[in-house]
Amino acid sequence: MKTTSIKPGFGRQLKNSTSLGQTIRNSLTMAYRGLLKIKRTPEQLFDVTLQPIIFTLMFTYIFGGAISGDVQSYLPVIIPGILVQTVITTSIVTGVQLREDMDKGVFDRFKSLPIARIAPLAGALLADTVRYTIATTLTFSMGYVMGYRPEGGLGYVALAALLVIFCSWSMSWIFAFFGVIARTASSVQGISMLVLFPLTFLSNAFVPVDTMPNWLQWFVDMNPISHLVSAVRDLTNTGSAGWDLTISLIGALVIVAIFAPITVRAYMRRT
Amino acid sequence: MSKKHNNIDQGKREWAVEARGLVKMFGNHRAVDGVDLNVRAGSIYGVLGPNGAGKTTTIRMLATLLRADGGSAKIFGHDVVKESQIVRQLIGVTGQYASVDESLSATENLVIFSRLLGLGRAESKRKAEELLEEFGLTEAAKRPLKNFSGGMRRRLDLAASLIAQPPLIFLDEPTTGLDPRTRAQMWETIRRLVNTGSTVLLTTQYLEEADQLADRIAVIDRGRVVAEGTVDELKASVGTSSLHLSVQEAGDMAEARKIVEQVLQVQSSISSEAGKITAPMANADLVTDLLIALRGQGIGLSEMSVQKPTLDEVFLTITGHGVTDAEQTTAHKSKQSEEA
Repeated sequence: MKTTSIKPGFGRQLKNSTSLGQTIRNSLTMAYRGLLKIKRTPEQLFDVTLQPIIFTLMFTYIFGGAISGDVQSYLPVIIPGILVQTVITTSIVTGVQLREDMDKGVFDRFKSLPIARIAPLAGALLADTVRYTIATTLTFSMGYVMGYRPEGGLGYVALAALLVIFCSWSMSWIFAFFGVIARTASSVQGISMLVLFPLTFLSNAFVPVDTMPNWLQWFVDMNPISHLVSAVRDLTNTGSAGWDLTISLIGALVIVAIFAPITVRAYMRRT
Repeated sequence: MSKKHNNIDQGKREWAVEARGLVKMFGNHRAVDGVDLNVRAGSIYGVLGPNGAGKTTTIRMLATLLRADGGSAKIFGHDVVKESQIVRQLIGVTGQYASVDESLSATENLVIFSRLLGLGRAESKRKAEELLEEFGLTEAAKRPLKNFSGGMRRRLDLAASLIAQPPLIFLDEPTTGLDPRTRAQMWETIRRLVNTGSTVLLTTQYLEEADQLADRIAVIDRGRVVAEGTVDELKASVGTSSLHLSVQEAGDMAEARKIVEQVLQVQSSISSEAGKITAPMANADLVTDLLIALRGQGIGLSEMSVQKPTLDEVFLTITGHGVTDAEQTTAHKSKQSEEA
């Protein structure tokens, strides 16, 4: 052991707060930890690699003929829809993994370190954007293989991808909250599916809204998922950005503004 | 009046830990029930007690991991609730269950903790290597922690607590479950730590450990501090060693116990499963008198030994009741068999 003596505990100049810079640095380090964990256990990427491939194939060939007459003309409708559905479903895993992670002893150390309180959560959520990126890339690639040629061009497809990744990251704060308050990882999965399943299917993701009964149309139009799907369709198919994009971004920010603070609070309370 | 003021002023610079009346409730159960602790800067302080006595809960409150339901605590004069972020810059915590990342390697763990503590990329790498070297983990640095032994995990855990060179280190049962050799290594590490100027607050179930390391000890039972003092003071209250007797005829137990208490003038206890009489003993010379007295009464002995006092006896003497925790009894037994 080094014989260098330790600075005494008295007379140190210390601050009782964390700066924004430190918060960002801490969160990035925690994100690095998340990436290392993904690298160590690559099997946890099964869902984000297989789901986009299987779902895209399945939904396109099952519904294509019935809804749009043929598969080719259904692709511009279904690819944005399935993209949103797949990537947002992926964000549930964030909550589940957070719950499993928090049960381990290492979170005690994070709590006892002089780091930003939000960093262990923000870092985990940030690392998971890698998963969303994989799912997004694979969905667009599958679409391309099946003959999808978005009119908007590559630039707008990239913008749409960023939009979906950002919105999924925002949504993941909701599941992170469930993850923090729930007792077991499987209950997180259960609650989250219960919330997400109706949200993704009661939207314009797979079918035209005008075939639905009036009361359902009202809900579908309110549903933030519908706005996100429309925003992605606008970007990829016409290269335009409209009101739906604005609503999606505002909605995402509102979710973060509400759920990030209450998640951190719940995390601090939990022992 | 002025003298009193002076004392307070001095106290401010003297105490690494000052806890007053700490209380923690879990439902209706008072896990910690008014604990006072004063730990002098630069010393090793031992908190001794059985499982469930409230040791870990007390440490968690002092380390800002748990909020107290009552009382207050200061670390180097900083309140653990109001100035928690300052307190965290002054402490290192090594938990009962290794607080390191299982899925990562030892190096990765230390690098991440270093980065979180504000060290640069290169500096973190260097620090990690340095600590791994110090704790004899260099060879295992790249292996995932899943394959680490209990002792290696504890050492890594302690190494992680030392990155920022905190002036106060909490060690929660640092050697529970370790083999005797690894335990001795751990003790050596803890001693060197204090030589560099750190203060150490450790909890333990073993009197021997507290004896080996601590300058002062608080004995904690059912959430309360039941005794506090230097190791010598505490031992004096228990006797320097203890006598273990078993008789040939079970019917002689009561009589033998009476004689033991008369001759040694102490309270004795009986461990029923072994049919053994145990009594603290301050003066070894009295054993001769005791043996003569037993022979005089015609009581035949099947076994007799003199041992160092165990936690059981400390407890019996201080609280008037033995350690009841089942886990503790087994821990105690395995320790005795180790000694044998």
